[in-house]
Order: sequence, then C-alpha cells, then structure tokens
Amino acid sequence: MTLADIVAGIIFVALNAYALLGGADFGGGVWDLLATGPRKERQRELVADAIGPVWEANHVWLILALVLLFTCFPPAFARLGTLLHIPLSLVLIGIVLRGSAFTFWRYGGGGHGDVEQRQWGRVFAVASLVTPLLLGTTVGAIASGGLGDGGRGTGDGFYGTYVAPWLNPFTLSIGLFALVAFAFLAAVYLTLEARERDLAEDFRRRALGAGVALFCAAALALSLSHRYAPLIQERLIFAGWALPLHLLTALAAVTALAALWRRRWRAVRVAAAAQVSLILWGWALSQYPYVLPPDLTIAAASAPAVTLRLVLGALALGAAVLFPSLFYLFRVFKGSRPSSVVKPDRLLRMTDDG
Amino acid sequence: MPDLLAARSQMGVSLAFHIVFAVIGIAMPLMMVVAERRWQVTGHAIYLDLAKRWARGTAILFAVGAVSGTVLSFELGLLWPRFMEFAGPIIGMPFSLEGFAFFTEAIFLGIYLYGWDRVSRRAHLWAGVAVAVSGAASGIFVVIANAWMNAPTGFDLVNGRAVNVDPIAAMGNAAALSQTLHMTLAAYAATGFAVAGIHAFLLLRDPANAFHRRALEIALLVGAPAAVLQPLSGDLAARHIARHQPVKLAAAEALFRTERGAPLTLGGWPDVAAGETRLALQIPYGLSLLAFHDPHAEVKGLDIVPRDEWPNVPAVHFSFQLMVALGTYLSLVSLWAGWLAWRRADLAHNRRLLWAIALATPMGFLAVEAGWMVTELGRQPWVIYGVLKTADAVTPMPGLIVPFLTFTLLYCFLGVIVCWLLYRQIIRSPEIPEWRGFYMPTDR
Repeated sequence: MTLADIVAGIIFVALNAYALLGGADFGGGVWDLLATGPRKERQRELVADAIGPVWEANHVWLILALVLLFTCFPPAFARLGTLLHIPLSLVLIGIVLRGSAFTFWRYGGGGHGDVEQRQWGRVFAVASLVTPLLLGTTVGAIASGGLGDGGRGTGDGFYGTYVAPWLNPFTLSIGLFALVAFAFLAAVYLTLEARERDLAEDFRRRALGAGVALFCAAALALSLSHRYAPLIQERLIFAGWALPLHLLTALAAVTALAALWRRRWRAVRVAAAAQVSLILWGWALSQYPYVLPPDLTIAAASAPAVTLRLVLGALALGAAVLFPSLFYLFRVFKGSRPSSVVKPDRLLRMTDDG
Repeated sequence: MPDLLAARSQMGVSLAFHIVFAVIGIAMPLMMVVAERRWQVTGHAIYLDLAKRWARGTAILFAVGAVSGTVLSFELGLLWPRFMEFAGPIIGMPFSLEGFAFFTEAIFLGIYLYGWDRVSRRAHLWAGVAVAVSGAASGIFVVIANAWMNAPTGFDLVNGRAVNVDPIAAMGNAAALSQTLHMTLAAYAATGFAVAGIHAFLLLRDPANAFHRRALEIALLVGAPAAVLQPLSGDLAARHIARHQPVKLAAAEALFRTERGAPLTLGGWPDVAAGETRLALQIPYGLSLLAFHDPHAEVKGLDIVPRDEWPNVPAVHFSFQLMVALGTYLSLVSLWAGWLAWRRADLAHNRRLLWAIALATPMGFLAVEAGWMVTELGRQPWVIYGVLKTADAVTPMPGLIVPFLTFTLLYCFLGVIVCWLLYRQIIRSPEIPEWRGFYMPTDR
C-alpha cells in the first residue's frame, strides 16, 4: 500500500462520512417534502430541529474531500471539473439553495408559521431532493468509466464529451440509489430523534419503505451495470473480496430491517450506517486502483510524495482538533437529549417574536 | 461573450459575492463574543439581546458564506482545471488547513447558535471564541493561497511542469504576510464600520436608544483599531508589490514609464493608447517615497513588460484610488472617534460624528471589493504571476456564458433576500422601556 493509496482511502472516508451525515441532512429535506398525515407539521419541525445544529459541520466533509482531491490528485480533479461541469454546477445550485433556504426559513424571523417563511421550507425540500440525484449521477459517471480516456470514452462533440458521460440509465439509477439511501438514513436517524411515540412510528414506517426501495434501487443499478459499467460489475461479482462484502452488506441490511421491525432504534442506526458504508466501499474496492476508470490510476494521478506526506501531517493535526470538537457537537445535540427536545431558537426569539 | 471572459466574470462574481460573507464571518463572531462577555460581566440583558441578534445575523450570513465558498472551491475545477492541475500539489496545503479551520468554525457555530441552554455559560462563550478564531484562520489560509498566485514560489519550472515541489516554501511566499495582514484588518474594519454605521444612522433618529449606543460602542471597538492600523499594512503591501509585482503597482499608479523620483498620481484617467494619465494630481517624489521610502528610488513602469502583458490599467488604477480613498476616510473617522472617546466625550450625542460613521456603512465593503480588483485584475494576464496565463488555465468547455448568467442571477437573488432578512431581523430596534435609561457613558 503506497502513500497515495492511504490518502485516497482517507478521501473516501471523508466521502463516506459525508454520505452518512450530510446525506442524511438531504434525506431530511426529502421527508419534509413528503410529510403527510395528521402529524405533517410536527414531522417537518422534527426534521428541521434535527439537522439545524449539525448540517453545516456535516457539509464540510464534502469540502474536505474536495480540497484533498485537488491537492493530492490534481489531474483527477481537473478531469472531473471539465467533464462533469454541467451536473456539478447543478449540484452547486442545489447546495446553495438548500443551505440558504434552510437558514432563511429557520432564522428569517416572522415566526415559523409565516406564509413567506413556508416558501423557504419548500425551496429547502425541493433542493434536498434534486441535489442527491445529481450527486449520484456524477458518481455513476465515474464508476461507469465515462470519464476515462481523457473524456473521449463516450464519443466526440459537445454531447459526447460533456453530457453523455453522466446522462444515461445507469448514472440515473445511481442518482436514484443515492436519493433513496439518503432518505433511508434520515428516516432511521429520525426514529431515534423523535421523542413522541407516534412521530417515531411515522418515521419507522418511512424507514421500512425506504429500506425496501433501497433494495430495489440497488437491484436496478446492478442490472444496468452489466451494460454500462462492465468493469465495476465484473469486480463486484468475481473479485476475492466480493462475496464476504456482499454477505456483510446483506447482514447489515437484514439487521437494520429486523431492528426497525422490533423498534430497536439505536441498533437500526448502526446497522443502516454500516449497510450504506459497505455499499460505498464496494464501489471503492471495485474501481481500485483507478481514481477515474478505466485509465487514470491513483499512482498516475498522485501529487509528489512531499505533498502527500505534508497533507498526511496536516490531516493528523487537523484530526486532533476535529474529532474532539465533532464528538462534543454530537454529544451536545445528539446525546441523551437530542436537539429535537428543545426548540433550537426559542431563546433566540426572546424579545421580538413578531 | 468569449468563454475566457465568461469564466473570468463568473469567478469574479462568485468571489465578489463570497468575500462579503467571508469578511463578515471573520469579524461578526468577535463582536458577538464581546457582547456576550459584557453581558456575563455586567449582567445587563441589553448585551445578551445584542449577542443574540448578532448571532442570528451571523447564522444567516455564515450559511450563505459557507455555500458560496463551496461554489468557489468547485469552480476552481469547473472553470480553471489546468490551473488546479498545476497548482494543486504546490498550494493545496493551505486549502487543506482551511478545510479544518472551516470545520471547527461550523461545529462551534452550531454549538453557539443552538446551545444557549445546552452548554454552560463559560463553554458557550468559548464556543464563540472558537468561531471567531477559526473564522480568522480560514481567511488567512485562503489568502495565503491567493498570495502564492501573486508571488509563486516553492517549485522549479522545467518544460512547463513543476518539479522540486515544496509546499511549505509556497506557503511562506513573499506576498503572504502583507496580504493576510491587509485582508484580516480589512475584515474587521469593513464589518465593524458597516455595523457601526447602521446603528449610528438609527441613533440619529432615536438618540436615546441604549440598544444602538451599546451596539455602536462594540462595533467601533472592533472596526476602528483595524481601520487605524490598515494604512500601515497597506504600506507593507505597497512596498512588497513595488519589489515583487512591479507591473501591478505601475497599473495601480498608472505609471507608464520607469522613472526615478516617481510622482504619486491621484485621480485622473489613464490613456493607455497615449501612455499618459490625464487630469491627474501629481505629488512629486510621492510614489518613490511611498514604495521605497526613498524620494529618488527608481519605480518600474508598465514599459518593463510588452504591451500584451499589461493588465487593464484604468480598472486597476480606479480600483486602487477608490480603495485608498475609502480606507483613508475610515481611518480618519476612527481617529476622530478615538480622540473623542479619549476625551470622554459622549460619542452618541455628537451628531457630526454619527453622520460621518453612518456615511461609512458601505465604505469598508466597497474598499474590500476594490482591493480585490487591484490584486486580481492587476495580476492579469497571469493567473500565476509569470508562470501560467489565465487564458491557458481556462476549461475547454464551451458555452460558459450560461453558467455565468445562471450564477449571477442566483447571487443577485440571494443578495436581495439576505438584505431583506437582515433588515427585518437585526435593524428593527427592541422596544424595552427600562433600557432607555441605560446611557453611555454617564451611568458607568
């Protein structure tokens, strides 16, 4: 294992954390959009209270992965930026609208029942739905080898170079998979956040539904990979690590559903996070040693060793600050008294609740 | 619109938008922490209200800053893939460190905003301190990376490729100290005066309002010292660019020919075709004196490089003049306020000072924008000074006018919304009768 492999692994860990934490924040927005039934408004409040204190910190995992990518694997970053210009720009618009709309909604004043404020809640929810879809298609484009061969893998011309790599049934199926996975994670976490039983039951039903949908989305993506991502598919079936990984993933999935069934919320959270992580690592292993299959390897894309060594040092230093801080954040808001118990800005609206 | 121009415009709009929020994100937490600390010491609820209002403003502004910063980090690859491919290994380090600083900022801001009744008072204040410190650190790391583009070092160029990469040397580039100092002070001065200006304006209408008096006091405490120190850091920056980026200085000063005992040019319109500046006021020996602290020093003019390597001289000259004029105004007002405060006069009853401060509300931010124009436009046509031209760094993707217009519209829309929300949230003064007696400084 080389230095570059280690850094690539760390970048993937950051992406994994983003999927589990930031992804669930997007999933929360999906449940805001799909809020139904007599407890509709309470569901929305729960979602907003749960993600309020943490979404910005969760978002930074993506930034961290991005800066590490352009520092340590600059040719890969350059190629991603060039060929995925369109979907990444759309992802950015989604990120901007999601984040600012959420803040405008929660901090805009005028009370949460305000009609104008409610519009921001809508924008937040729709952006939360669209962004994971597009993010998923970019992952699909990488996995399918569409960014290979300097971008000529999918033909010439504007369409062939800048659109075809990320717009096909397979990449869309990965987008769908990402969306469903994020919604699944969010529903699972929310069962734990909900203090009232009826609200927890609402999200239990949603989690069960999303768990089944996740299985279908995975099956769809796998069947399409035969035609669109043969390299990945072959590795996912025939590599030495494939069978144990699939067994572990299946175990996590069954545990998550069983624990949901039996209302063991904490166990569900662990199992669901493990399930999604294992799927992500399956993707990573199946395209190793390529950053962008089928031609750009980790070794070929890697920055000089001195940069990698310094970045590893900075990572160690940064982790020493980051992990205690993150632990503190999650202990304060997600510990025995989740943030949903206390209205987040009740105190902030002390003097003027106009 | 040519693709290169569209890409530069999109980057320019994104930076011009983000820099406002980045600057506020550096200075606002400091003000909020000062207010909270005063509340803890004096026990007066007015300070708590102030801290919470500022915190609410910070929440909105930080969120918009975080997402627009995300856009920028992606745009480096979306618009300038060849620049990043070259620069990533050399100058990625400060970006990685910035990632951690940003992380710390986001974590402790979450604790600060949502933790009023969840953590102890002491822990809450320290969370605010952590936000203020990591906010300043993020800004410094990003500016170090920009300084490297102006004074590239830490690598050898062999056949267009960087070898012997030394990221530490790149971080210690010649422009890093003067630029980070100048930018950090600018952040405190611009935000301090923007907040002070708003409250000064409201005090003019309602002189007995204790809330605005206290707000003005804290905002000036943050903004005024920075504004006074800023000309000193500006001098450091000017002497740096005179030595290391002579073309930028020549464009800023509209100095077409290299000369000894160069005059300082105030105002005027640089006529690039004729190679002279019309209608300008010239102070003999002024530029040599300022740039080298020697009236007879030789200052390099635009003639040291071929014409196709000149930046847009009128734009750089105008931005530079604007920045210096606004900065001078802010430092003079600061000195005036400081002198009055030293003589224990009541600032909030001096209507002329209040008008001067109210006028300054947008000036710090205009100066920040103008300063960025100087450093970015003044480096053109290079993206990495003397190493890589901007035209060679741009993405091959066609049709860049579409994302340029899209992001411009998005940012215009967000800008309007943010102004409206701040107006609704922060400016509306609280009506609490018992606070009316809490004057400054008589009952202290």
